Amino acid sequence: MRTTARHGIVRVLSQHAFLIIICLAALYPLWFIVSTALRSNAAYQLDPTGFPSHPTFASLRNMLFHQPLPRWMWNSFLVTVSSVAVSTFIALLAAYAAVFGRFRGHSIFISTSVALMVVPPVTLLVPMFVFMVNSGMVNHLQSVIIFYTGLLVPFAIFFMAGFFRTIPNELIEAASSEGAGPFTIFRRIVLPLSGAASFTLIVVQAIWVWNELLIALVFLQSESSRTLMAGLTQFQGRFTTDEPLVLAGALLSILPVVVLYLSGQRFFVRGLTAGIGK
Amino acid sequence: MAFAFGFPLVQVVRDSFYAGNFASPIWVGLDNYKGVLSDPAFRQSLFDNMKLLLTVPIMLGIGLAIALVLNDRIRGGRHYQSVVFLPYVLPATAIGIAFSFLLQENGVLNTSLRHAHLGGLAQDWLGNSHLAIVSVGGLVIWQQLGFAVVVFTAALLSLPPETAEAARIDGAGWWQLQLRVLVPQIRPIIELLAVIQVITVISWVFNYVYVLTAGGPGFSSSVMELYIWRSFSNGSDGTAASVAVMLLGMASVLIGLSLWVRKQKIVQ
Repeated sequence: MRTTARHGIVRVLSQHAFLIIICLAALYPLWFIVSTALRSNAAYQLDPTGFPSHPTFASLRNMLFHQPLPRWMWNSFLVTVSSVAVSTFIALLAAYAAVFGRFRGHSIFISTSVALMVVPPVTLLVPMFVFMVNSGMVNHLQSVIIFYTGLLVPFAIFFMAGFFRTIPNELIEAASSEGAGPFTIFRRIVLPLSGAASFTLIVVQAIWVWNELLIALVFLQSESSRTLMAGLTQFQGRFTTDEPLVLAGALLSILPVVVLYLSGQRFFVRGLTAGIGK
Repeated sequence: MAFAFGFPLVQVVRDSFYAGNFASPIWVGLDNYKGVLSDPAFRQSLFDNMKLLLTVPIMLGIGLAIALVLNDRIRGGRHYQSVVFLPYVLPATAIGIAFSFLLQENGVLNTSLRHAHLGGLAQDWLGNSHLAIVSVGGLVIWQQLGFAVVVFTAALLSLPPETAEAARIDGAGWWQLQLRVLVPQIRPIIELLAVIQVITVISWVFNYVYVLTAGGPGFSSSVMELYIWRSFSNGSDGTAASVAVMLLGMASVLIGLSLWVRKQKIVQ
């Protein structure tokens, strides 16, 4: 190391400056949403860049009490919880069978899941819509719950299989030599070990479903069945001259995600990058 | 899986050969494809997807730079990383709406430029047919950057420290160390992420476009997904299906590529 101490300081300072600029760029749009949601429309129209020096909760109150937002949020919540629960359940069983059961073709099964993970949902949209129309499920939450579950399962299997491979096989063998059946092993040994991994998986899937727009837009077109994201685009079209109100809706839709992120950040990072790790 | 993927994948290929609505399909052979390929709106959409490909090297480059700096055992590195990753988890719809206000003719960006006496730089970011897709690209980079940073940081962290140490003892400078020693070692990860991002900008950007520009002005910032959605909303299921099949073809090639890169990575 031949860099002098002064060189070192300059380098460290410029590194911090670089990172701070990046962080400001990452955070500014969020600050814009929060600050604008707390301003009156008149103040915003006068100067969109201003600081909320006289914060008002009028837009937030309007969103919560006079707009269909709570209903849409509830729909999003129901859709998220149901599809994530079903897909996690399926994935736990399927990955368990693939990793420990080693049925014929189990590796093909896993690589099929890897390939399906990245199939663009838009390509499946038309036939699924036709199917939903024929079975009378359009504008009912079941339609998107079924579709989302199907879309989530490949990643969920891939993720859980990756985790199950880290469980030492001796553990399973020991249990089965003592006469435990596959379901007992699953319930008594594998499930208790997969708490953290399952939670990570649940968080990642929940974020995906909560944020999904295209399918929700197409399948749920009636006012009472919309999800929150589809609803937000409605607000965007309806209140073109009241940005603070629209952003109040956006803020309320982001809030659950941010709270979840702050409380379990490492789960997010680990889960969302799982598709690319080893 | 068979229901959610198998059935629609087969059906969408079949649909692409029919015209009319799904209640009374008419066999038209390849006419849907011919019609789509000669439609200027489709060509524009395809072209816009190609333009968005430019965001991949930009994003990977910035992401790599951030990851290398974070890898320098910088103080507060974890905090920086969690801030940079935050946009990636947020709903693209809500963020896209915020960006659409920021970039309006009289939105925050232009107003700030005017305040700073840089009014000449103010542009109609969403209403100008050349700039609209650039704005979409900017939003994509803003949201996806954190993903690249986290993936690269993890890859750098998993490298054996001995090689970097050896290079330092041999008198390698900071830049040499980064570019000659560290970056080549994580090359497989960079390649894999590049393929994944290409898949993303070709087939997962509907949200951004829909809320930011809705494909406008005209069709200038439309993408294939939006084209599918629009044809479908207009009742031209066959058209929508034929574009979906083409998109699927492109995605399959890329998915195959990603599986191959993944395998290479494991072999190494």
